[in-house]
Amino acid sequence: MDAFFIISTLIKIVVITFLLLLPMIAYSVYAERRVSAIIQDRVGPNRVGFQGLLQPIADGIKFLLKEEFTPGHVRKGFFILAPILTMAPALITVAVIPFGSDIILNTGRTLALSIAQVEIGPLFIFAIASISVYGIAIAGWASNSKYAYFGSVRSAAQMISYEIALGLSIIPVLMLFGSFNLNDMINYQAEHGWLLLPISIGHEHGVTKEGLLTWFPMLIAFIIFTVSIFAETNRMPFDLPECETELVGGYHTEYSSMKFALFFLGEYAAMIVGSAVIVTIFLGGWSLPFGLSHTEFLSSGSIWAGLIHIGCFLAKLIGFIVFFIWVRWSIPRFRYDQLMKLGWVVFFELALVNVVITAVILYFLAR
Amino acid sequence: MSFIKVNRPKLKWYEHLYFPTLFGGLKITLGHAIRSVKSTTRGKKEMNSSGLGITMQYPETKWDEFLPDWYRGVPALVTDEQERERCVSCQLCEFICPPKAIRITPGEIEDGNEWAKVEKAPKEFDIDMTRCIYCGLCEEVCPEQAIYLRQDYSITGLSRKDLMHDKEKLYEIGGKRVGLVNKWNKLK
Repeated sequence: MDAFFIISTLIKIVVITFLLLLPMIAYSVYAERRVSAIIQDRVGPNRVGFQGLLQPIADGIKFLLKEEFTPGHVRKGFFILAPILTMAPALITVAVIPFGSDIILNTGRTLALSIAQVEIGPLFIFAIASISVYGIAIAGWASNSKYAYFGSVRSAAQMISYEIALGLSIIPVLMLFGSFNLNDMINYQAEHGWLLLPISIGHEHGVTKEGLLTWFPMLIAFIIFTVSIFAETNRMPFDLPECETELVGGYHTEYSSMKFALFFLGEYAAMIVGSAVIVTIFLGGWSLPFGLSHTEFLSSGSIWAGLIHIGCFLAKLIGFIVFFIWVRWSIPRFRYDQLMKLGWVVFFELALVNVVITAVILYFLAR
Repeated sequence: MSFIKVNRPKLKWYEHLYFPTLFGGLKITLGHAIRSVKSTTRGKKEMNSSGLGITMQYPETKWDEFLPDWYRGVPALVTDEQERERCVSCQLCEFICPPKAIRITPGEIEDGNEWAKVEKAPKEFDIDMTRCIYCGLCEEVCPEQAIYLRQDYSITGLSRKDLMHDKEKLYEIGGKRVGLVNKWNKLK
């Protein structure tokens, strides 16, 4: 562990978490309000700064200055712990996501554009992201209020019905890649074209038999994974733990001021990280489509190639966040039994079948 | 038959799959979003919209030319053609006012005045706009057609005192109103 590693990692932590992720969270709240407004034929916040672009700052100041009210009937320790447990996992999971291709510095060293290069990328993300459900469950229990309690119970039940489908759905993907490393996955997609767009013109592979045959199982995996991420992040068709129309505010009913803001921002952080994972696994991460990232210039490791790839990743990420918002304002909430049925009866089986189909396809391709 | 039996619509096979209808929903919201951005939202002109969607952005654009004749705005006192106060301080409006916003101190018209001894006139007439509910009962009950609810609605002030409309302020808002029934003057 040399000085370069420590310094570069510290810089990456500061840049990615504080200069990239936190402003993105703030502005995705703004985007949510503006996009929902134009969908509903309204205007949305447009007064603070040019087109309301300073609105997140005003919101932040408002949350900081509000009264921090803790009701007398709560379990104090857990009540304080819960918002932290919701926000922190989302910020931790961002550590393994590669934001761009490796940059080769003048000194000959390679700078990877993710905070930690671990060999178990998706597993790490699932393991840490699942902790956030404890935040919600503890919040509901510690609040000592019936609405919050219902919200947390629903959250726990929702988690166990979707976590299985979430985990099973990426097994076909892992079988195809043969690796758990997120960087390997992206390099594979940079070479062969994205999983959902298996066409590569910048490379001698072109359109491969492998790519075409696995396209359909990958599409199913993508759909299951995306829907499960929606459930995991408590976003709209599955926001039963919050469920304003039935449960007042759900698990954060009793919270106010910055503690509420932590829940609120944690939800958006989870949404951004979830989008980043989907983009990384299924849409080629930082790579350009059609294997263009495999050309000599873009795979050279220069600063410019790195910047282009970062831009590509962020563009895909923002596109996916807008998709999340668009879905929230289009689709009504599921009823609770429908949600359970979808998780246990449809997606669980579909994911299992998908594993078998992919295994058979890969077996015959390998022969 | 006094009842109509409504059958559940029979869903087609692809509607049972849920996914195609989901995209139908997304299409509708996308259509609204595109129309909002292109500012071709339906009903935009009728609602006097001033930007995205059909929202009228208040201080810049106002609803004024769409206000109906019966719109009940701020209450005010009026004078007749000869600049004479119509109010005779009968206090009916004070008694009917549901939130008790009106306070009248009755008085005589001073001696030198042309209309002295003809009728009484209010010495003070205060309407507390922090209490007024714009119900219009004062206008309805007034036997002298002296108090009217005007079309003005943006009554603002920086203190409660600013929102106490005294007699002077009420006549300033109300102004002169002609063509009403005249009981006590020579135009009769």
